[in-house]
Amino acid sequence: MSVSGLSEPSMPFDLSDRANIKIKVRGLNFFYGAFQALYDNHLDIAEKKVTAFIGPSGCGKSTHIRTYNRMFSLYPEQKATGEIILDGQNILEENIDLIELRTRVGMVFQKPTPFPMTIFDNVAYGLRLKARLPKSELEARVEDALKGAALWDEVKDNLHSLGTDLSGGQQQRLCIARAIAVEPEVILMDEPCSALDPVATYKIEELIDKLKEQYTIVIVTHNMQQAARVSDYTAFFYLGRCIEFGPTEEIFTAPKKKETEDYITGRFG
Amino acid sequence: MKFRSRTRRKAINLIALILAGLSAAIGLFFLIWIIFEITQKGISSINWAFFTELPVPPGETGGGLSNAIMGSIIITLIATVIGVPIGVLAGTYLSEFGYGRLSAIIRFITNTFVSAPSIVVGVFVYSIMVVPLKGFSGLAGGISLAIIMLPVITRTTEEILRLVPVGLREAALALGAPYWKMVVSIVYRAGKKGLITGIILAIARVSGETAPLLFTALNSPYWPSGLMEPMANLTVTIFNYAMSPYEDWQAKAWGGAFLITCALLIVNILSRVIVRQKG
Repeated sequence: MSVSGLSEPSMPFDLSDRANIKIKVRGLNFFYGAFQALYDNHLDIAEKKVTAFIGPSGCGKSTHIRTYNRMFSLYPEQKATGEIILDGQNILEENIDLIELRTRVGMVFQKPTPFPMTIFDNVAYGLRLKARLPKSELEARVEDALKGAALWDEVKDNLHSLGTDLSGGQQQRLCIARAIAVEPEVILMDEPCSALDPVATYKIEELIDKLKEQYTIVIVTHNMQQAARVSDYTAFFYLGRCIEFGPTEEIFTAPKKKETEDYITGRFG
Repeated sequence: MKFRSRTRRKAINLIALILAGLSAAIGLFFLIWIIFEITQKGISSINWAFFTELPVPPGETGGGLSNAIMGSIIITLIATVIGVPIGVLAGTYLSEFGYGRLSAIIRFITNTFVSAPSIVVGVFVYSIMVVPLKGFSGLAGGISLAIIMLPVITRTTEEILRLVPVGLREAALALGAPYWKMVVSIVYRAGKKGLITGIILAIARVSGETAPLLFTALNSPYWPSGLMEPMANLTVTIFNYAMSPYEDWQAKAWGGAFLITCALLIVNILSRVIVRQKG
């Protein structure tokens, strides 16, 4: 990519001898109408590990993560080409059942998005979509999800008050509880802490560490310290390209690309 | 750069304030005058018989407008049953699926119709219903009010639903919700208060209409006996009675006007209460 002044791609980092690969991204391009936002992204997401996407604003990291659950399919003018292979199946194919895909690949958004209903109903929302469960089982699974999101102790006495009345950090954990209640395989987090204070951020990071025992986690963050703290693998995005991908400690201590080094040392972005 | 003097700036501010305050006062003055006049002349006609008895022939005193009150309720109910579901669904279409050319056309027509004179709707229903069916009817009255209500509800529904954040929709879809289910369980719920307020105000708006009923429901001195018959209603009764030379009828017209004003006031207060309510 010398045209744009970026360094030449070197041999891509091979993840397969270190971990099981959950998602394989090959030659992913993304378009908002005529504007191309992603160029030929190659990336592997390791199963039950945390993969962080870092990069300056507008580099395409959020755009990239939103392809994993086909969120962009909501908007007719947005289009992705290439391959995103989830357990052997290309999810960019036309005939993919988006509802099934989204129960397998959950998502937590930048701004907490509690639904205008009770805490219990928030967590039960996805479960009720999936199946009609007996009341006792529904209650048990809501409790499990809230415990899994480290929110149970704070809300167990007011499960029937509004989810929107919780604090920002609690709301975000509620959203995580809601996502894990349906037992997805992958959880996508699009800057989950950017609207939170440091204490709430710390709680979410602790939670991520616990969640990776069970889930494959992909997190977009503009906070490099956060990426360094929570992730096993890191991908650096710049101008729509996945510039460098590798184990987090290598990206942060010995980046191979000049752009990566410039970014993590704070020379731009 | 030279700054304008402080005195000058303050003077301009004062002039603007006076002009705005004066305009508000003029508007309020007439509103209060109308309410005062209606209350003063109308309240004396309100008694038990006003609500329970049928009108009496001109020249006699006593009787009431029970038939017109009931007729107005029935006609408004017909309008609501027809206008609200169609309006809400049309507004949902514009807000949730409204990308293409079709929705641009629907939106344009809706916006045009919001300000269409209601008498035009009355004449329209007269020509498509009253003339072919050879008779005025309460149903035709209800339909004409439904047509007036429709664009109002469509537009408020669209506006209210558009206020629901995209993030909330995406969050529901990201949990594997089908689109329609997301709209019903999240978007409607998030916009519930606004929707209810919009519907109430639309109902209030049409319940004061007179012109379209003149061409459709007409009026009747009898208790409503069927939807296909001319139906008594308050607004046309007020119109007829106010124009009559009989003092007792004129007093009844004031009473009817007072009643409608009170009803609208209550409905407006109700919608305020809903908006302020938590949850």
